[in-house]
Amino acid sequence: MATDPRAERSGRGRALLAGAAHLIWPALALALLLAFNAAFTPGFFHVEIRDGRLYGTLVDILNHGSRLGIVALGMTLVIATSGVDLSVGAVMAIAGAVAATMVVRDAASFPAVLAGALATGLAAGLWNGWLVSRLRIQPIVATLVLMVAGRGIAQLVTDGLIITTNDPRLAFIAGGSLLGLPLPVTLAAAALALLALATRKSSLGLFLEAVGDNETASRYAGLDARGVVLLAYAVAGVCAALAGLIEVSYIRAADANNAGLFVELDAILAVVIGGTALTGGRFYLVGSLLGALFIQTLTKTMYMKDVSADVASIPKAIVVILVCLLQSPVVRGRIAARRRPP
Amino acid sequence: MNPIRILAIAAAVAGAALGAAGQDQPGGKKVRVGFAQIGAESDWRKANTESIKSEAAARGVDLKFSDAQQKQENQIKAIRAFVAQGVDVIAFSPVVETGWEPVLKECKRAGIPVILTDRAVDTQDPSLYVTFIGADFVEEGRRAANWVVKAVGSSANIAELQGTPGSAPAIDRKKGFEEVIKAHPGLKITKSQSGEFTRAKGKEVMESFLKSPEGKQINVLFAHNDDMALGAIQAIEEAGLKPGVDIKIVSIDAVRAAFEAMIAGKLNCTVECNPLLGPQLFDAVEAVMAKKELPRRIVTKESVFEQSGAAATIKDRKY
Repeated sequence: MATDPRAERSGRGRALLAGAAHLIWPALALALLLAFNAAFTPGFFHVEIRDGRLYGTLVDILNHGSRLGIVALGMTLVIATSGVDLSVGAVMAIAGAVAATMVVRDAASFPAVLAGALATGLAAGLWNGWLVSRLRIQPIVATLVLMVAGRGIAQLVTDGLIITTNDPRLAFIAGGSLLGLPLPVTLAAAALALLALATRKSSLGLFLEAVGDNETASRYAGLDARGVVLLAYAVAGVCAALAGLIEVSYIRAADANNAGLFVELDAILAVVIGGTALTGGRFYLVGSLLGALFIQTLTKTMYMKDVSADVASIPKAIVVILVCLLQSPVVRGRIAARRRPP
Repeated sequence: MNPIRILAIAAAVAGAALGAAGQDQPGGKKVRVGFAQIGAESDWRKANTESIKSEAAARGVDLKFSDAQQKQENQIKAIRAFVAQGVDVIAFSPVVETGWEPVLKECKRAGIPVILTDRAVDTQDPSLYVTFIGADFVEEGRRAANWVVKAVGSSANIAELQGTPGSAPAIDRKKGFEEVIKAHPGLKITKSQSGEFTRAKGKEVMESFLKSPEGKQINVLFAHNDDMALGAIQAIEEAGLKPGVDIKIVSIDAVRAAFEAMIAGKLNCTVECNPLLGPQLFDAVEAVMAKKELPRRIVTKESVFEQSGAAATIKDRKY
């Protein structure tokens, strides 16, 4: 089969354009929310330099948004295979518990702590992937197991206590800064770069989308569909573990009960806002990061506008519904049809 | 072997059934108590659980313990399971105040008395529970406010970190605190938001407080529990301020970590909320089993700790 290099190039160009077109919607939603804050929230855009690093609400959004974004990146791959990982919050708690216990009780070396936490995430991800790909349990049920049991495991690791640590190296993960920005921002950027390289510069991305679109067809085409699914869950587990490390570092304590609580919902929402469909197939890593930043900005807006926590979920829900409507091709088609002259 | 074993099992089952049916068996039979705990969201709760479990073991009570992981639906499920098992008494700490009437009516229909511990429920029907054992959260809020009046005088800009929205301690501590500061027009709550009783949220919300236009004027922080205060202390330090000096901090619970923070000079005052309810709970259970009258409200004994006495007191803290 001879391929015309020009045709291939234009095909790739079109694919890139299509990806960029998808990013417009989450980017637009984020821009609108920021514009609202620019107009109505005094001090929202105020950034100054304190102790040699940037200090301000926008920096906080980047910092906390990165933690959620890292979870969302892993979730994106799982959702691309038409799966879902509900256990990410619990995996965050387990990985955090392992890290803090290794630091405090075992006085382990720092590389060992990092390796231990990430390996915990990998093991959790492989367990989920094994349940889904080999035992063919539905993803929502398979990952529910660890979502429920995971917190118990984390409690076992910490003995049910909040383990406080003042280890400066562990505190650096969330508290340190690079080029004036908090380290989690760098970690999220690195995770994005790594996953984008792995999925776009090799055929892995194509495999993920093929499995997500039609697993049976991809298997008949000679793809190791089970291996691809296993890999996606493993990556999600490692991403969750990294986020768990950041969380421990952030409060300098492992709080097995509250670390990453309900993060799975925010992560799924971030992926959906980012333009990836829950039915699998096409996925947008940058979109998921934008989605995470959008959710974090929304949360911060509620804090800054003094919206009471009792009712904060209502404006949040309304904004999320609007964003989802904005993304619906049906709604967009109707708006376009109305605008066009008959 | 086999027939004997079957007989033994049959006897055990019959015994259990009798035990479940009869409420006033005179000794011999173990009292069966179902306890639906909120979760293990803080060191305080952990101490609370320990106290209940160890007291049950000491008195030879058959305790069925359930952890709801901070979810009301899990607690309701646990209570229904206790009803189905036919326990003698059900006790629980309601995670939020509302939404308990249907399940409490099921307990009433099954003839199982209910004791509330630590947190109250919002109900019009007083027959749904026997007694409520726990701290007076409103009084705790008042004590925190009294400390603020004593320590900073009659003028301050106060930031408040509230507990989980809708929970009894969050509602009552806020109420008690506001009740006292109302008499001092110079004391103003300029920022108030929920930190959900956790360190991470306490820190995140405090970061927002400090960056708001009112942030620079904040000189007092009132946190509804110690964990949120501990998170907020980190946020204050990262903003380049001195917790305990630039911003005076009062919180509630008096867990060990709070004493450590007071010794380090970062926390100024903590109002005790005693989690060691086990002895009082099982005193009440025994009274219920003996069909004695109980007061509707049993208040736990509590005090206020300041920085000066922290080093001396920490040795006696069990949690």
